Amino acid sequence: MLLEVKGLHAAYGATRVLHGMDFAMDEGSITTLLGANGAGKTTTLRALCGMVRTSGEVRFAGKRIEGRATEDIVRLGVAHVPDGRGTFANLSTEENLRLGGYCRKDKRELESDMERMFGYFPVLRDRRRQQAGTLSGGEQQMLAVSRALMLRPKLLLLDEPSFGLAPLVVQELFRILRAVNEQERVSMLLVEQNASMALELADHAYLIETGRVVLSGRADEIKRDDAVRRSYLGY
Amino acid sequence: MTFEALVLQVLAGLATGSIYASLALALVMIYQATHLVNFAQGELAMFATYLAWSLINAGISYWPAFLITVGLAFVLGVLIERLVIRPVERAPVLAVVVVFIGLLVILNSVAGWIFTYTIKSFPSPFPEWMGVRYMAPHQVGAFGVTLIMLALLYLFFRFTPLGLAMRAAAQNPESSRLVGIRVGWMLALGWGLAAAVGAVAGMMVAPIVYLDPNMMGGILLYAFAAALLGGIDSPFGAVVGGLVVGVLENVLGAFVIGNELKLVVALALIVGVLLVRPSGFFGTVHVSRV
Repeated sequence: MLLEVKGLHAAYGATRVLHGMDFAMDEGSITTLLGANGAGKTTTLRALCGMVRTSGEVRFAGKRIEGRATEDIVRLGVAHVPDGRGTFANLSTEENLRLGGYCRKDKRELESDMERMFGYFPVLRDRRRQQAGTLSGGEQQMLAVSRALMLRPKLLLLDEPSFGLAPLVVQELFRILRAVNEQERVSMLLVEQNASMALELADHAYLIETGRVVLSGRADEIKRDDAVRRSYLGY
Repeated sequence: MTFEALVLQVLAGLATGSIYASLALALVMIYQATHLVNFAQGELAMFATYLAWSLINAGISYWPAFLITVGLAFVLGVLIERLVIRPVERAPVLAVVVVFIGLLVILNSVAGWIFTYTIKSFPSPFPEWMGVRYMAPHQVGAFGVTLIMLALLYLFFRFTPLGLAMRAAAQNPESSRLVGIRVGWMLALGWGLAAAVGAVAGMMVAPIVYLDPNMMGGILLYAFAAALLGGIDSPFGAVVGGLVVGVLENVLGAFVIGNELKLVVALALIVGVLLVRPSGFFGTVHVSRV
């Protein structure tokens, strides 16, 4: 098990958002969390990397990580493509990418990894020296994914990576994510509004309602589930 | 007013202006990270200058004492951030401002208590031959030292991973944590660097204004004017602002309003900039798409 979550609770001030989440994911897998707005998907990702106060148990690669500082969790190999993209708006595209690899030990390979990102998203090469805040929403989303991959993470947390992207670009992005998953064995935990695309990419899925897991299973089984189909896939 | 006299005042202005620029830069560095103006920046510089004075009096020669002082000021800055500023990180703005003013008073009083309020002379390390036709050796030297320091800071922030991480932490703490940057330590390093920059300013200005616990009062006012003129969030603007304020102060003081009213130039600039162009001349216009 790469990630094991037991009885995870989280709250913003007095507002409790997660009420005992339980889920797990295998190393090398792509797992998706599905649910309506406000179900607690984003909060779950934020809780995993120490950005909200939590109680419960989170194990990453066997180690307890709940309650640790965000930067320490990141250093274990957890990269996060946050809600809202988290662009360093006043820095250049290239500086954004360099920051992604900030705590890597093998500095020599940063250049070749940056080239790899430009290979995935050629538009970022054109924007290399440009202030990242001036990039379009879609470009910033690609930058956010690239920045996270620059860490060479073991686990990639993706919060709505398709947000703001044109349909063709989304397909391209998901193709790249699958390639990264297969070639580099990066495990991914994916939160998506676009449930049918998420289920297409993922091998495992959890359905969340008001801060609890209500259904889990293999992605292809979840896709055939009648309730899921009506509520989230819309056919 | 002869042309020669004007050149003389402009050059003298650039020399003192470079010192204002350093202190203004220190203010901007703290402002960028905390969005607050550190009123104690001048007193930190004054305190560091006393440390240099003590070292020199203890028989250490000037340049080693200079470097040790810069190092000590750095440590002092880091310690103040960790021990005094950190606990009020999430406090309301006014609380932090009170902490800054408290620091100002404490540093001032402690310096007076240890070193007394008697005015002391502070040596200039620059030999006679450094003087040029219109500039005294100390003016040339202070200008040169400041330029070297600014160049080093620029290279550090622009080209090193740590410099990049410090800029990132100042502008986007949450994303910085998500790439593994220890944001708290970056802020502490920023305080250390700002204190070190201030220490250099203090040691360069002390031979001109003499050493006493209140020596930085006027200088800090000029630095405020410089930082505001350039744009409080622009390091480049702070440097340009410092030079402009130095030149204006000298030229207006010598030819227009007289030396007694020099400080008024700084106050008039502060009020004027706030009225006409609150973001200063190089204050960044933030561009972002949503």
